[in-house]
Amino acid sequence: MPKGSVLVVGGGIAGVQAALDLANSGFLVHLVERTAAIGGKMSQLDKTFPTNDCSACILSPKLVECGRHMNINLLSLSDLVSLDGEPGNFRAVIRQRPRYVDPNKCIACGLCAEKCPKKVANDYNMGIGKRKAAYLSYPQAVPLKYAIDPAHCIWIKKPGRCGMCAKICPAGAISFDDQEKDHVLEVGSVVLAPGFSRFNPSSLDFTGYGRLPNVVTSMEFERLLSPSGPCMGHLERPSDGKEPQRIAWLQCVGSRDIHRAGNPYCSSVCCMFALKQAVISMEHAHGEFEPSIFYMDMRTHGKGFENYYNRAKEQGVRFHRARVHSIIPADDQGNLKVRYVDQQGKVNFEEFDMVVLSTGLQPYRHMIELAAMLKLELDADNFIKTDSFNPVASSRPGVYVCGAASEPKDIPQSVMEASAAAAEAGRILAPVRWSETSKKQYPMEMDIHAQPPRIGVFVCHCGINISSVVDVAAVSAYAGNLPDVVFSQTNLFTCSQDTINQMINIIKAEKLNRVVVASCSPRTHEPLFQETLRDAGLNQFLFEMANIRDQDSWVHQHEPAKATAKAIDLVRMAVARVRGEGALPYNTVPVTKSALVIGGGVSGMTAALTFADQGYPVTLIEQSDMLGGNGRKVFRNWKGDAILPYVTDLSAKVTSHPQINVKFNCEIKDVAGSVGKFSTTFSDGQSFEHGVAVMAVGGEPYKPEGKWQFLHGSNANVHTLLELDKRFIDQDASLKKIKQAVFIHCVGSRIPERPYCSRVCCTHAVDSAIKLKELNPDMDIFMLYRDIRTYGQRERLYQEARGKGIIFINYDLDRMPQVEEENGQLIVKAHDPIIDAHVTIHPDMLVLATAIQPRQQSGKNLAKFFKCAIDAQGFLLEAHMKLRPVDFATEGVFLAGLCHYPKSIEESIAQAKAAAARASIILAHDVVPAESITAEVNRAKCTGCGLCVEVCAYNAVSLDENGLSVVNTSMCKGCGNCVAGCRSDAVTLKNVGNEQIMAAVDAAFCDE
Amino acid sequence: MTSETNMTSETNETAPWEPKIIAFLCTWCSYAGADLAGVSRFQYPPNIRIVKVPCSGRVSENMILSALKSGADGILVSGCHPGDCHFISGNMFARRRFPLLSNLLEFVGIEPGRVSFSWVSASEGEQFAEIVKTVTERVKALGPATRLIKKIDQAA
Repeated sequence: MPKGSVLVVGGGIAGVQAALDLANSGFLVHLVERTAAIGGKMSQLDKTFPTNDCSACILSPKLVECGRHMNINLLSLSDLVSLDGEPGNFRAVIRQRPRYVDPNKCIACGLCAEKCPKKVANDYNMGIGKRKAAYLSYPQAVPLKYAIDPAHCIWIKKPGRCGMCAKICPAGAISFDDQEKDHVLEVGSVVLAPGFSRFNPSSLDFTGYGRLPNVVTSMEFERLLSPSGPCMGHLERPSDGKEPQRIAWLQCVGSRDIHRAGNPYCSSVCCMFALKQAVISMEHAHGEFEPSIFYMDMRTHGKGFENYYNRAKEQGVRFHRARVHSIIPADDQGNLKVRYVDQQGKVNFEEFDMVVLSTGLQPYRHMIELAAMLKLELDADNFIKTDSFNPVASSRPGVYVCGAASEPKDIPQSVMEASAAAAEAGRILAPVRWSETSKKQYPMEMDIHAQPPRIGVFVCHCGINISSVVDVAAVSAYAGNLPDVVFSQTNLFTCSQDTINQMINIIKAEKLNRVVVASCSPRTHEPLFQETLRDAGLNQFLFEMANIRDQDSWVHQHEPAKATAKAIDLVRMAVARVRGEGALPYNTVPVTKSALVIGGGVSGMTAALTFADQGYPVTLIEQSDMLGGNGRKVFRNWKGDAILPYVTDLSAKVTSHPQINVKFNCEIKDVAGSVGKFSTTFSDGQSFEHGVAVMAVGGEPYKPEGKWQFLHGSNANVHTLLELDKRFIDQDASLKKIKQAVFIHCVGSRIPERPYCSRVCCTHAVDSAIKLKELNPDMDIFMLYRDIRTYGQRERLYQEARGKGIIFINYDLDRMPQVEEENGQLIVKAHDPIIDAHVTIHPDMLVLATAIQPRQQSGKNLAKFFKCAIDAQGFLLEAHMKLRPVDFATEGVFLAGLCHYPKSIEESIAQAKAAAARASIILAHDVVPAESITAEVNRAKCTGCGLCVEVCAYNAVSLDENGLSVVNTSMCKGCGNCVAGCRSDAVTLKNVGNEQIMAAVDAAFCDE
Repeated sequence: MTSETNMTSETNETAPWEPKIIAFLCTWCSYAGADLAGVSRFQYPPNIRIVKVPCSGRVSENMILSALKSGADGILVSGCHPGDCHFISGNMFARRRFPLLSNLLEFVGIEPGRVSFSWVSASEGEQFAEIVKTVTERVKALGPATRLIKKIDQAA
């Protein structure tokens, strides 16, 4: 039998996500982190693009969940030192370095750090400022335990010399005799998420980094912006603490640079990183602020990125398409002069207060050592090599990889891969699910019946997200004087593990029976706080949140007094609302252990196989009569592997799998039920009961029209990329005879009607041009582009294309290429900005890199069946763009592939596996939580009119034999439509009755 | 609640009159849209007080009248777009209740424009900010709502 546990190496966002997905689907997880706390790079970020979410705020609940999880064994300060065995039965040795602080005794009071005399550079703040040799990595660290840095501790270096910490520690937790320990673990699979390091620009002399104090890296700048950073979120430049007004960002420092840095690849994330920093800095600035970005190509190829770029332009971020020659001191005040060459070759100088180097991502040195120890293959850039069509599989069976260790990538992509790696790691272990786990036991819930309300209020600073606008101390003081409020305090981050633990103790000590948290949105944080109430022995429904961030401090940034008055109102309203709330039952629904997959493309097939291989029955529906979707139309992926054979093989696996029922020419007619128990009726009249659903309905190519038509459809020599791919697949010999070819990029993308980048077309076009060059090396090829977005290691193709003599000519929307024909001969006219001249080309073939768009019909209609949101462009909208990239807000429904956003085949595969992994968490359980907030009828008031029965969309209300209304709780979804419909006020919604709502409304006007 | 002072009248003496508007937002679309306005930092006037309800279909005529009686100068009810309701059809019932209520309100002398209804989806942060601006301006132009408020201060 295989082992029912998994080893996860790396505690950044990817490792944390993989650990949570695995632990929540029935496996014991050993999470190994090299440093003293999990959180990784994401914990060091101030904000995240494209939503400008506070990074700590969205990450913290996951870290806290990891730290408290019954089935996650967190090993900090640890490394994997050996791995033997085979998939299903590995034997891993973990070496844990001494912490010198007993985590069972440490109460995180911080006295050791306060008294420690040894100051060292603060590595969490990228070396800016100091920490002590006794330290906590950061305020929300998980585990929240101090550690002693042996490299700097005076006692450890010379025993007997200091020992201040041991003397002061009230818990007696300091242990200088702490020894290195080896843990031998038997695990079934291994997931590697070792993360990435950043390029060190010290070697690039022209930047002045290291010599000029006001030249910083983007990660250092992130810490300068962060409220938990060295300047507490008040942007100050290092040399003199002055607030900078003119900042330049230099892109591609240590990326796309084969000469000086030796990193040929694009780091994928830095363009958005710089845009975000420019926009956020503008928010921080108190006066005039001028951000400038020096770039080669703006690569905003992800979902929501292009809109972010457009808005940054509108907000006044300046863009220079230029490589910077050098940065020199402008004066002796610390200002800097940037020398750069513009597109026309003219040398320019511009002065700045500060320069930020957007340093690239690169593999960690210790990751390379780890890979060598595990005998994993690395790629040419020393990232862990993965399979072309299984992007999370390393070269060693049973060892999976996710995150930026396999290629530079952003957070959503890393999170998707983490879930995909969890799916792969769990696949062969499915039979031994729940074999090594233990079940969480909550304390007995306090019976609050007949108790007078004792309300506790917790007001969050959210770093400076709230407290920079709202006077949180005043809000807390006000709340403390409200009737029934017996406790009120402020917290720096209410969602950090220490505050959560503290909250449990406060609830117990103060005998609180209702809690209000005034912080961010209940949509993201209510589950965390509700869980905290349960841990404290309180029913989780005795809880309200006052949204004083998303709906107050962030939207009234320039009106602090009014924002504070509003926060006070919101807290008073929440207190009034919670006062009337009662304990509710934890209802559950049994899970139907089968899955519906909609769409038979690569994503849909991958998801179906992931379910089926775990033993869950799957129905896969496809609207056409063939599996494969767009995958059948694409010639090869960017790594050069042909796609059609893979798709054919995948289709065969799906159709022959005993657990998969494929229905062709099939559409959905109706969907009933909800998570755990859906019932879907198809166009053939049959229906299927399933616990979860995955939407993989795909996308379609934009058909060129209007000014983007470029004679497509009328001149036989004008193709789209997919039409050219068809000729490649058919091995069309006439392609060799072409003497001149032109490609036009961004046909239908990045325009007002379709304000997004289609992500894959640059790579696809460049690769197609290379293929043409392979067929006929003498062919002249011209690429008319706006920005070349060959992100990540796809950059190699761009280098190869230029090496092969393919000519790239930049165009913009003001100077569009013109395409004409004369007696059938194509004539392409364009403006070349480098020589500042018009060029005319007479190509034999014109190829249009057309946009990818969501399917017009199926996407929208299907989304409605499952009540999924869609975005302004018609793509399906995930629950959270950063951290829940495959979930919908609607529980039990997941998404993958092109219906989410344009993406490459390996990204679709990763997302499909991730969707199946997330859905498997539900299928792994026998029951799922059901709605607790349900309607109930006061039969004394009911007149039996039946209006409630009429308005209920779920058939949950009926009239009984006495003609009075009854609610079937298991079918009620808690919308409250019957409550509003009832004319005799006989129906109410538990905890959302008129009593609670009107109490909140009244409180808005009554200063109690 | 007779001893409580009305915040609206309090601000009357010191600063120009500012309306207070109650917004009943459905959890799944409009409340999420309001959150998105926040994460996108779209600024809007600080006059609204959001009350989260499961669905716009949960909002009864009673709640709106009662809010006006409590002192609201304006009311905004916002739900998912037609067809997008998380609870299938709750927003359509809300939509049908609304014109009936509007007629009644007009009959009892509440100016049209004090009570507004809108659709805002989870992806429409900017639209939400715009709607709040429009509603706030409209209510400001109408002045304080006095029709349904018992004037306790004056009686005392």
